[in-house]
Amino acid sequence: MSVPEMDWVPVWLTMQLAGVTVVVLLLVGTPLAWWLAFTTSRFRTLVEAVVALPLVLPPTVLGFYLLVALGPHGLVGGPWKQLTGSPLSFTFTGLVIASTFYSLPFVVQPLHGAFESVGTKPLEAAWTLGASRFDAFLSVAAPMATRGFLSAVVLGFAHTLGEFGVVLMVGGNVPGVTKVLSIAIYDHVEVLEYTQAHVLSVFLLTFSFLILTIVYAINRRLPVHVS
Amino acid sequence: MNTLTARFDVQYATFHLRAAVDIPMQGVTAIFGPSGCGKTTFLRCMAGLERSSRGVIRFGDVVWQDEARRIFLPVVKRPIGYVFQEPRLFPHLSVRANLMYGFKRIPRKQRRLSVEGIVEILDLHGLLTRRPHHLSGGEQQRVAIGRALLTSPALLLMDEPLSSLDMTRKNEILPFLQRLNQDLRVPVLYVSHDLNEILQLAGHVVVIKEGTIVATGTIQDVFARLDLPGLVEPNVVGAVIETTVAAHEPQFGLTRVEFSGRSLCIPQQALPVGTSLRVQILARDVSLVVGVPASQSSVLNALEARVIEIRESRSDPYTVKVKLDVGCPLLAMITRKSLHQLKLHPGQKVQAHVKAVALRW
Repeated sequence: MSVPEMDWVPVWLTMQLAGVTVVVLLLVGTPLAWWLAFTTSRFRTLVEAVVALPLVLPPTVLGFYLLVALGPHGLVGGPWKQLTGSPLSFTFTGLVIASTFYSLPFVVQPLHGAFESVGTKPLEAAWTLGASRFDAFLSVAAPMATRGFLSAVVLGFAHTLGEFGVVLMVGGNVPGVTKVLSIAIYDHVEVLEYTQAHVLSVFLLTFSFLILTIVYAINRRLPVHVS
Repeated sequence: MNTLTARFDVQYATFHLRAAVDIPMQGVTAIFGPSGCGKTTFLRCMAGLERSSRGVIRFGDVVWQDEARRIFLPVVKRPIGYVFQEPRLFPHLSVRANLMYGFKRIPRKQRRLSVEGIVEILDLHGLLTRRPHHLSGGEQQRVAIGRALLTSPALLLMDEPLSSLDMTRKNEILPFLQRLNQDLRVPVLYVSHDLNEILQLAGHVVVIKEGTIVATGTIQDVFARLDLPGLVEPNVVGAVIETTVAAHEPQFGLTRVEFSGRSLCIPQQALPVGTSLRVQILARDVSLVVGVPASQSSVLNALEARVIEIRESRSDPYTVKVKLDVGCPLLAMITRKSLHQLKLHPGQKVQAHVKAVALRW
């Protein structure tokens, strides 16, 4: 039996989805993690719980609500359709939004921890030295939280690579648009194309293993910044 | 001369700080008191790191805070340098980058102190390329002081900068602090619970006790007051005296210092004649002699004195504090029995025998 040709379309799509999702997650997750680390608000616990929900919910539950919200009559999907003329569900954009929610804890939690261990002390020092709050974040907190950022990016990326349930609910199975690796593997198995399923599975397994190994290796070498 | 005016109230769950002081903005002013009395909070309010709900802080003509007018100048906008208890150096930056952090962030024309000058004064040459975690505690604190000074602050706030260091490290940094005071002319608010540090550095002192300012003034005046019980007991300070080195007696291992026409013998100092030297006398080391003084005594330091005031000690009913005038105020702690036998009264002329004069570094 010859080794079948690898289908690169879902692979490329998955990488794109994970890449875009990580960028969105950093933009959303960094301020959120910062707020969680330093707020004294009593809503903190609630927000923490909400952020952690995707860790415990079955992806289908999250996917179901996202499908309803993003659909053409949904809370978000409705106005979106009015604005752009196209729906959110079963599109790449919809998938990015869904993945952002799904992988949120994997980005927020390492950042939250990292910011907490930086603490307010170096920040206060920066302020007394004439740095604005944003300046102090960029020049002191962010470099001190390098490990946290690295973990956040890798976990966010890797977790998005591996998602299935949410994608199936929100994205469906549109080749080249929403048919990511995990769905493609499922498809192959359903029609008993075990060889193709093997090829994609081995790829995903190797790839995930490699990036995690690289990250842990880098992490070990990075200096720990505790003040 | 500028004055720092502070009137504020900070209330926490377990703690209330009331402050109302005017501090002259020159030299070193010590904020003194036991641990947990509110010294650090006082300093943090000055810096704008804490915000009191009510209050006014004015630095010369500039209002830093006036809650009635909803004015609150954020930390960044206040021309201060802050040295924390721990050095708080940025671990991801070299010593040089740490020093430059604040320097880079102030406008060029506001820079009064040069990097070279500070490196020189604090002896940081050998450390510049190193990372903070490769430095000793004392070295780190020196870098932190330099970093704060390089923002050319109009006021330097120091929160027990030596408390995390052992005796050797302290002695390594103290001379630098004295040089800063003499060479740079940056007014300093110096928080400490260590009397030695304060006696060595400060000209003024603000005494805080349980969240209230109980005394403020020159260090000589404050430590000569009778109504501040338990400030530093049992070693009640009798006097802090600014003296000048007058002569050396090497054959006896002594140095003679003079103040207001009187002289004291102290252990020999390697200091040239004419140097100013601050000495300290503990109240319990002063004894009083009434009547024609014996012509011979083993006590070297006998000072002509006049009794100003007599006050019971609150902590010990069998001792009393006697405030004397020896050209400057001097406190003596004597027993109630001595008071009774000598029949001391204000205005009386006595001799104060000083058993020990300390140069308490």
